[in-house]
Amino acid sequence: MADPAGQTGRTKGLSGRGGTTGPKELIVRHTNRERIVHWAVAVAFVFLFLSGLALFHPFFFWLSSLFGGGQLMRFIHPLAGLALVLLFYPYAAQVWSDNTWLPADRDWVKNMFLYMRKEHHPGDTGKYNAGQKLMFWSMVPIIAVLLGTGMLMWQPWFAPVFPAPLRRAAGLVHAACAFVMFVGVGVHVYAAYWTKGSIRSMVRGTVTRAWARYHHPAWYREITEREEG
Amino acid sequence: MALQSLDIRRRSATTFVPPNARQTLEVAKLIDVSRCIGCKACQAACMEWNDLRDTVGFASGSYTNPPDLSDQTWCLMRFTEAEIDGQLRWLILKDGCLHCSDPGCLRACPAPGAIVQYSNGIVDFQEENCIGCGYCMAGCPFQIPRLRKEDSKVYKCTLCSDRVAVGLEPACIKSCPTQALSFGSKEDMRELANHRLADLGERGFSQAAIYDPPGVGGTHVFFVLPHGDRPRLYGLPEDPRVGPLLRVWRSGLARGLGVFTMFAVLVAGVLHYMRHGPLEVGEEENEEGGPH
Repeated sequence: MADPAGQTGRTKGLSGRGGTTGPKELIVRHTNRERIVHWAVAVAFVFLFLSGLALFHPFFFWLSSLFGGGQLMRFIHPLAGLALVLLFYPYAAQVWSDNTWLPADRDWVKNMFLYMRKEHHPGDTGKYNAGQKLMFWSMVPIIAVLLGTGMLMWQPWFAPVFPAPLRRAAGLVHAACAFVMFVGVGVHVYAAYWTKGSIRSMVRGTVTRAWARYHHPAWYREITEREEG
Repeated sequence: MALQSLDIRRRSATTFVPPNARQTLEVAKLIDVSRCIGCKACQAACMEWNDLRDTVGFASGSYTNPPDLSDQTWCLMRFTEAEIDGQLRWLILKDGCLHCSDPGCLRACPAPGAIVQYSNGIVDFQEENCIGCGYCMAGCPFQIPRLRKEDSKVYKCTLCSDRVAVGLEPACIKSCPTQALSFGSKEDMRELANHRLADLGERGFSQAAIYDPPGVGGTHVFFVLPHGDRPRLYGLPEDPRVGPLLRVWRSGLARGLGVFTMFAVLVAGVLHYMRHGPLEVGEEENEEGGPH
């Protein structure tokens, strides 16, 4: 913005579209498949969250109308859950290694609140920063627990096998995990909206070089090395 | 039943007070196990009045038939052989909903109005509102409600709420030939139970007791048990409770706090954005950002 000439120059490059045509301008951050799976997971999550909320508190029971009534919603909810699990874990396996916890991440966490006030530079961050990794590592177990406890309660297929006290415990744990998941996803969505360029990267798949250099310098280094090499 | 829409004490998954202008007499069914001869007239009467027909199954070597409660069997005579003080005893229990004062099923239910408790104490399922989640089955300490697979709705004894609403006694009471079953106000039934208890005491059943478990706030179907010190022998839980898990899971406070926190997360996001604005990568950051 301080350099209108530079900005114009880049816009020209951007107009090339497709991201890969101008290798010097745009970097592919998320492949087509990754993005499609991500948004499929997101749709499943919204389904699950809204229907779960209707079951969680009578204040939200009206949301069941969005699913064709309470009965149909009750039927769909576990199926959507299964869909989320089947989509999420292969995707998680793909980005698993990019989410390895590194020493640099400790620094990010330590300065998290400064970072939120834009008073701290992300440091030598790889493809994902520590916040994203925390999201990843919280979702991996939480979705597993939601699956397990959900199976315990799934009528009429699996629930009858388990004793009532276990199902009560499952209900409580399921609700608690869903709550943590909502807060996690809430932060995830806001962080994406707050960090300009992020949503674009998950919609179009590409980011600008400046964006990559600023937010994920270690990853950017890797990319440029690959380009040069 | 619609007739009782104005005298509802509790309504499942309802945020505000249900209509409760009319206060009806609190009723109860007394089951005096010592008088029961196991004739199953009550079981047949229940089928008859409610038009229920369970599938014909296989003999399981017990008089208990069908083998379990189901969406078609709301009242079941259970027969158990037990050795008590060196003697073989044949114990008979009329199993069915106890209509708890603090019903675990109603607490657990997430569907508004699928379970109601009338001011007369009857806990009734309103199947048209039932969504088939089975939470009531998880919440019941007595394993009474049963899910019907064909329609994904849960059924159980209604204490003949339709009959009681028009001043009749439940069908099972009407059919009992030995006065093992009695129906009336909860107060009268307690008094009758105390009489029966005194009788039993005189006949040597010093352990006889009334089974009206306080863990569920008392019930509107209660028992006089000759071996009251060991309800488990009859198939009744020793000390049924609503339980801490269900209390926390379905507590208004915990769920209210949950919803509040979720709203708080949204508000925090809005405030953060208003205060700090977006994190954008301008050209200055470019320069210091990384290698060129």
